[in-house]
Amino acid sequence: MDFSRRDVIKTTAGLAAGALGASALGRSAFAQDGLKYQPEEGATLRLLRWSPFVQGDEDQWLANTQRFTEATGIQVRVDKESWEDIRPKAAVAANVGSGPDLMFVWFDDPHQYPDKLHDVTELGDYLGNKYGGWYEGPKSYATRDGKFVGLPLATIGNAIVYRDSWVKEAGFSEFPKDTAGFLELAKALQGTGHPVGFTHGHGVGDGNNYAHWLLWSHGGKMVDEAGNVAINSPETLKAIEYAMELYKTFIPGTESWLDVNNNRAFLAGELSVIANGISAYNTAKINKDNDPKLTEIAKDIRTTNLPVGPAGQSAELFQVTTAVIFDYTPYPNAAKEYLRFMFEEPQMPDWITSSAGYCCQTLKAYADNPVWTADPNNAAYAKASETLRPNGYAGPLGYASAATMADYVLVDMFAKAVTGQATPQEAMEEAEKRANRYYRV
Amino acid sequence: MVTYDSVRVSAPHRSSALSRLVQSRNALGLAFMLPASALLLVFLTYPLGLGVWLGFTDTRVGRPGIFIGAENYRFLWDDSVFWLSVFNTLLYTVTASILKFALGLWLALILNENLPFKSFFRAIVLLPWVVPTVLSAIAFWWIYDAQFSILSWGLQELGLIEGRINFLGDPENARASVIAANVWRGIPFVAITLLAGLQTISPSLYEAATLDGATSWQRFRFVTLPLLTPIIAIVMTFSVLFTFTDFQLIYVLTRGGPVNATHLMATLSFQRGISGGNLGEGAAIAVAMIPFLLAAILFSYFGLQRRKWQQGGGD
Repeated sequence: MDFSRRDVIKTTAGLAAGALGASALGRSAFAQDGLKYQPEEGATLRLLRWSPFVQGDEDQWLANTQRFTEATGIQVRVDKESWEDIRPKAAVAANVGSGPDLMFVWFDDPHQYPDKLHDVTELGDYLGNKYGGWYEGPKSYATRDGKFVGLPLATIGNAIVYRDSWVKEAGFSEFPKDTAGFLELAKALQGTGHPVGFTHGHGVGDGNNYAHWLLWSHGGKMVDEAGNVAINSPETLKAIEYAMELYKTFIPGTESWLDVNNNRAFLAGELSVIANGISAYNTAKINKDNDPKLTEIAKDIRTTNLPVGPAGQSAELFQVTTAVIFDYTPYPNAAKEYLRFMFEEPQMPDWITSSAGYCCQTLKAYADNPVWTADPNNAAYAKASETLRPNGYAGPLGYASAATMADYVLVDMFAKAVTGQATPQEAMEEAEKRANRYYRV
Repeated sequence: MVTYDSVRVSAPHRSSALSRLVQSRNALGLAFMLPASALLLVFLTYPLGLGVWLGFTDTRVGRPGIFIGAENYRFLWDDSVFWLSVFNTLLYTVTASILKFALGLWLALILNENLPFKSFFRAIVLLPWVVPTVLSAIAFWWIYDAQFSILSWGLQELGLIEGRINFLGDPENARASVIAANVWRGIPFVAITLLAGLQTISPSLYEAATLDGATSWQRFRFVTLPLLTPIIAIVMTFSVLFTFTDFQLIYVLTRGGPVNATHLMATLSFQRGISGGNLGEGAAIAVAMIPFLLAAILFSYFGLQRRKWQQGGGD
């Protein structure tokens, strides 16, 4: 079985290579009027993407796809899966060698099976040159050994979402910019009965965003440049101690929170401050059921970036998504042409606009998208691609960084200490031990 | 003439070979077993074998592994999270199974009485079992929510508690909560199966016992229980297996949190194998479940089904 499967992969890779060679001959001149791929005869494509968080994203992506189909005659089927199911689906597709031709994957996924992904370096360089270059963070997720194994699609930003009136009521005319001031604010808000809340549970997005912000804002890091575990450090200890102080001001139960809990409690008026994607604000703004209470909340919501800690610079994880083409696809040229079309003007800017601040551009030329100034609350999400720090900083992306995050090593380290199940020192040492299991080779 | 003869001679010859084959019990038995064994081989033995093999390799998502002997198991041996998940799984299985058995039996006994609207109640009882696990898990997720729990709200309204109950945040509470949800879901299976067993017991046995002056406890202890033991053995084996391999409930409610306090071996296996990309280690965790499952099955088959035990005697 194993043998035959590999044979199949080899064969399809051979076919793909053959098709590539054939089309390279028939391609129209690259340097003159931009890059264009000649799709294979009778090509059809299937894209598997994550379910949208804001409806505009999906509608616009499908509309853009429709434009592509009208221009080329190639049918593209777009399927969607809940964002947390993408990773296993992509893993299975890569392993088995069959499935969708294209996929939107998350985080380190492209680094887990780079040899199963179609090389799109030519396309990546072309788009980068034409549109002001790629942002480093998203690019690092999509490139390996200097080659593009996917195209950086978007960064889902994360920012402080807060209730302006309650922050003012607590005696703060503006939201604090540093971690020390933020702790004071949290204490004051607890005093006025409007506590803050950040996810200490196994929420894939929110839990990891918060834990990484805690660590990085205090100068800690999971591994050094060479990939040796460096979590056991005075900086980490400071981060844990800070987290413990902050946790004391939280609404109870944050250690059980998954991704949805903070939005839900915030929109019900239980919380004054959360960290979230723009979806929390958009839900209140769109206000599907015309709930007058929610209208009031929407008017009161402000967003800002997470406070800067002793490390002196803002560094956050965010959620990064990459568009990849699997090597087994029989239509690599059609797939590349599709991605080229979708990443070019006017498709990509339209999509960013319709995503209502959820998807941050990965190409610098798209940074002046009107969406970022359409609503003052969108501004906090405008620079997500620019300021993000890749997972497993400062080490390389790959199996170890992906596995460490998937195992919630960092999330658990903070949760264990703040809930008093371990001293900061013990929590840190356990995290070191757990991380070492993955970074052993 | 010659051909005619040869046909006449060879025809009974051929038919006898065929008929011998058809009439051979062994050959026929083999032929009839073939489809079933092919199914077993393809869909059970092969995946199980592959899983065991993967546990001895360092296979990762997207990369075939090489044989590394027992290294995955050595690494798990030193891993506190793995041992925590073993503890959680055992606690979860034992507690939930005992509760499911006790409550299920109780419910079966009640339903076996002559109640008004008997079939209506019997249908109602099945509901938790019929609802897809993920749906009921989401319902429990709301019931246990840190902020919007109806239980906390109700108790607060009644003035019985001050703050909200931290159902899924506190390790002990979280374990109790997921066990309660599992018990709720598992009771119907136990109750309905035991009810079926109860109905096979001949009423004349009870009449005889009553005539002998047996109390209702004695009737239960010496008539019902012994006759029910075979079905208890089966139903509890299944119940233990289902509980031991539970995944959906945990995945929806806590994803193994808080700080892995509710991580079961099945959820940890998924987290490491699929989300973390470490197929080899994930397989090793799954394989580590096999001895426990085997022990449960063996206990049931060689223990609970023993005649002496069933008749209330010792060994």
